[in-house]
Amino acid sequence: MDFTSAYSRDNLSFLLEGFGLTLWLALLAIIFSFVLGCVLGIIRYAKVPVLSPIVGLFVELVRNLPLLLLIFFARFGLPELGVSLPPFWAAITALTLFEAAMIAEIVRSGLNSVDKGWVEAARSSGLSYGQTLQQIILPIGLRRMVPPIVSQFISLLKDTSLTVVITLGEMMHHANIVMGQNSRIVFPILLLVAFMYFIVNYVLSLFARRLEARQT
Amino acid sequence: MISPDILTDNWDLYLEGIRNTLSASLLALAGSFILGVIVAIMRITSFRLLNILGAVYVEFFRNIPLLLVVYIFFLGLPALGLTLNGFISGTLGLMVYTSAYIAEAVRAGIQSVPIGQTEAARSSGLTYTQTMRHVVLPQAVKIVIPPITNQFLNLVKNSSILSVVSGFDLMYFGDIVNSYTYDTVSSYAFVAVFYLILTIPLSIASNALERRLLRSG
Repeated sequence: MDFTSAYSRDNLSFLLEGFGLTLWLALLAIIFSFVLGCVLGIIRYAKVPVLSPIVGLFVELVRNLPLLLLIFFARFGLPELGVSLPPFWAAITALTLFEAAMIAEIVRSGLNSVDKGWVEAARSSGLSYGQTLQQIILPIGLRRMVPPIVSQFISLLKDTSLTVVITLGEMMHHANIVMGQNSRIVFPILLLVAFMYFIVNYVLSLFARRLEARQT
Repeated sequence: MISPDILTDNWDLYLEGIRNTLSASLLALAGSFILGVIVAIMRITSFRLLNILGAVYVEFFRNIPLLLVVYIFFLGLPALGLTLNGFISGTLGLMVYTSAYIAEAVRAGIQSVPIGQTEAARSSGLTYTQTMRHVVLPQAVKIVIPPITNQFLNLVKNSSILSVVSGFDLMYFGDIVNSYTYDTVSSYAFVAVFYLILTIPLSIASNALERRLLRSG
């Protein structure tokens, strides 16, 4: 094992550049999947005719497939169907759809956990369904959803490493390139990459735990 | 759009892939269950050092990507002189990664049994092992089964990681079929169908178990 040549200036800056792209991928996918997941979850909860069953089918399909398959499909399958996306956006699409399906389930069960009695009370005191949703169900449900959603974001950050199969230049891809130079630096590089993922995810998980502790 | 020929011509490859995906998932499940229970016990015993080791294990493997864990076995060990093939390193990676999640589920299950029951059992003369066996574990198992079913579902999906290290799983053979038929949509569509056949029953079982647990309170 050769730590000195593994952690050379060139290698470190190359890995850091990859880490930047990892974080950027994760951030964009977090934003998109959060918005889409909330919309899908609310539609599924509200039992809108026609729309809810379609969303339900989509969520169940995507949730039960490996993300790797979606990444491959977005990158190589979509062009065959006439949708050509640059690799970066193919990755964002796959990550967003997969994580949105997960978040939709969290949102739906969070909303379902709101006491039916409160909903009935709100409705019988004259609030419309939309008002009840907006003023009673969403604020209470959302607070309960925050910890599992943060955990989902941690999964998402880890899942960005799967885009290594379509070589975008995120951290795992750059780590692969660096490790290819010399077998004696493989272990030190794996350790460093693990450390970088760990720091970000651990901070996020501490944050999730604090939110959880505050609720109870 | 989707040509059935792809399936009939490559039936053997797909079947081989399903077999390997299933065996990797089952092996990893069995291994991660045993490892997970050991780590959970480490976390709840009264030895401070074991508590810390257990916590470090869980936090480390839950906060790094699965691919990295697989790489530790596939790329890291050969650098130290021990070479493993893709299937074995993939399965070991899955096992270690999943065990961290199972450890947390088992720990939560055991700790959800009120401490008063343990105290009552101990003061009526049961030993620690008897208390665990007759009082705590039977109740904990009920709580632990739904999250473990869910982990198994994740395991089947995550086993697709084997394809990244040439582990001969379903995803790997899907890539092979795609690479020489050039029919990406069909090749992956059949891979998707096979994964759904494996995962949907697990998903239904996991939901049903969760509902049953909620009802029984």
